[in-house]
Amino acid sequence: MSTTDAEVRKLVGRTYEHGFVSDIESDVAPPGLNEDVIAFISAKKNEPSWLLEMRLEAYRHWLTMPQPDWAKLDIAPIDFQAISYYSSPKSQKDRPKSLDEVDPKLLETYEKLGIPLHERAALAGVAVDMVFDSVSVGTTFREELKKAGVIFCSFSEAVAEYPDLVRQYMCSVVPKGDNFFAALNTAVFSDGSFVLIPKGVRCPMELSTYFRINEANTGQFERTLIVAEEGSHVSYLEGCTAPMRDENQLHAAVVELVALEKAQIKYSTVQNWYPGDENGQGGIYNFVTKRGDCRGDDSKISWTQVETGSAITWKYPSCVLRGDRSSGEFYSVALTHNYQQADTGTKMIHLGKDTKSNIVSKGISAGRGQNSYRGLVKVGRDAENARNFAQCDSLLIGPDCGAHTFPYIESKNPTARIEHEATTSKIGEDQLFYCQQRGIGEEDAVSMIVDGFCRDVFRELPMEFAVEAKKLLEVSLEGAVG
Amino acid sequence: MSNALLKVKNLHARADGKDILKGLDIEVQPGEVHAIMGPNGSGKSTFGNVIAGRESFEVTEGQIEYLGKDLLELSTEERACEGIFLAFQYPVEIPGVNNTYFLKTALNSIRRYRGEPELDSMEFLKLVKRKLSVLHLKDDLLKRAVNEGFSGGEKKRNEIFQMAVLEPKLAILDETDSGLDIDSLKAVADGVNRLRSEDRAIVVVTHYQRLLEYIVPDRVHVLADGKIVRSGGKELALQLEEQGYGWVQSA
Ligand SMILES: Nc1ncnc2c1ncn2[C@@H]1O[C@H](COP(=O)(O)OP(=O)(O)O)[C@@H](O)[C@H]1O
Ligand SMILES: [Mg+2]
Repeated sequence: MSTTDAEVRKLVGRTYEHGFVSDIESDVAPPGLNEDVIAFISAKKNEPSWLLEMRLEAYRHWLTMPQPDWAKLDIAPIDFQAISYYSSPKSQKDRPKSLDEVDPKLLETYEKLGIPLHERAALAGVAVDMVFDSVSVGTTFREELKKAGVIFCSFSEAVAEYPDLVRQYMCSVVPKGDNFFAALNTAVFSDGSFVLIPKGVRCPMELSTYFRINEANTGQFERTLIVAEEGSHVSYLEGCTAPMRDENQLHAAVVELVALEKAQIKYSTVQNWYPGDENGQGGIYNFVTKRGDCRGDDSKISWTQVETGSAITWKYPSCVLRGDRSSGEFYSVALTHNYQQADTGTKMIHLGKDTKSNIVSKGISAGRGQNSYRGLVKVGRDAENARNFAQCDSLLIGPDCGAHTFPYIESKNPTARIEHEATTSKIGEDQLFYCQQRGIGEEDAVSMIVDGFCRDVFRELPMEFAVEAKKLLEVSLEGAVG
Repeated sequence: MSNALLKVKNLHARADGKDILKGLDIEVQPGEVHAIMGPNGSGKSTFGNVIAGRESFEVTEGQIEYLGKDLLELSTEERACEGIFLAFQYPVEIPGVNNTYFLKTALNSIRRYRGEPELDSMEFLKLVKRKLSVLHLKDDLLKRAVNEGFSGGEKKRNEIFQMAVLEPKLAILDETDSGLDIDSLKAVADGVNRLRSEDRAIVVVTHYQRLLEYIVPDRVHVLADGKIVRSGGKELALQLEEQGYGWVQSA
């Protein structure tokens, strides 16, 4: 530990009078953010010096940046000095001992979502022996992955075991000072996932963070890096439909994807963080930077997201279409109910020749929910024959919600063909009456109509995710009508 | 106590501040087929909507008795579950919702209401395939979204298909014949005739008597300005065809 301390001192370039370094045994960093805290995090995680350097540079950059306010979001001021930026994963003894100690409301939701009993305990953070299915299944999966040469581990593990790979690719898609929240994440990120699919390998299964749920407390500043080498394929699933217990209000994740020549990455998300109550109290602030780099020719990156949770969602999964003939896709369902706000969309940056991108966005607003689609399609000077198609549909449920569409197009190449279609519709009285006349109750009718509205996105989801997503929308829309 | 299936007395209804039905009376016995004819705007669709319980229509006066119950006490879906079916003049599209799934949800919802066991996918598929073949409809109807991109004729036939699956006690067909070519018309009429039974009644709302050559009614009513102004046997339809509505209205 002492070498690390010395290293830290040197790098930070100042002496510590009452810094945290002496408290290195502590499990939690006191609230506040400064270089000492960052050094503390890095030391806690035994990180190499280049990574600490990276964190500090990101932090210094962050200090110069204002919090963005261009999104159509009403955000209460965030006190970044009030947040604690490090806590060790909860030990078993701090957790609820059994389901009896868990918030009954949470359990009710699990029930509605049809989550198997043995998984509910794990999701609610109950200290359980690791005997249930998902863990043992996880072990078998891990062996199979190993055989294929796939690396799938926590970000910290990757830093320890594959530092060169991490160093090569980290921040190569989302630069450390890219935006306010990405810079913050780079400075203080807690943990996350690392994936590498070697050249020519088709990942033998869908990779899911779900299998790692109980292994690491990834925390509020999650970091994911996925590298698909030449000709490889991978499908990655993030999140799960069960609302996760989390005391942290601010979440600022960074996800970087790198697709080399002919590689394909499919990244699917179901996000169901706590949205706050019916009166807009509480709820997670979700400020995510997700970007994929189609670095090689003929590569492809596809984002699919179902966003139903969080009080505020600020998220634009993007594709940089660098390689010739590379393609990017974005399929999104974003639902806002009660006082939820979402400003989400994508950026498709066409740089290579004959690049293609496709955008399908479905926004659903209910209650007093506000839902904005914000999309940028950019075509560089040399991007001959770029093609983009965007379809943005909004569905309104009730009179007090809102839907907004902000498409931005910047083309520097006259051969580009960019098409944008947008519709806004209300769940019609005539549609509801039609369903009800056939004997279908109002809530069922609404969820059926919503499900139909989302079909083009749902069919992009892996099978089991699609079924869950449909249920999730139903539960999220409870009480939206009548 | 009569054993009428539907008994409507002095029905007044309005929408958007406009009085549309102005004292409508009609009584339908089980097993009967009635035709309601009348000029455009006379209130035919309003009648169907009011019976089905559409909220945008307000009943301001009168009674509706259905199977001895006060129909006005029931919600739209309760009425459907009690066996009332409306074949819409303009069936709506529900984009992305699979026709089979829609119909299965409807049927199971009705069965649940009646305390009958729900059908699983296999049983349901067997049922709809049988109905399709009886109505000479193609299987691809099952794969499509509810009315999405259907032609006018396809929509009308889809209504009849739904009716055949849901097997209502009282079916109101609102201008199901309009816009159909002669083959479709015959197919629709055939579907309706197959449903005729002793405990079921059908009210055919139509503008033309053409359909009534294929679905022969027991009673014909003429609706004008929100009231039944004339009732008679099937010959009334022919008379109307020859002499026009002016004749009834002035009578
Ligand atoms: N929702 C409504 N709001 C206001 N007026 C309506 C509404 N529905 C129908 N009407 C009016 O009521 C009258 C009868 O309409 P309708 O029942 O559709 O007639 P029909 O089916 O016999 O052609 C028409 O004048 C029509 O414009
Ligand atoms: Mg009409």
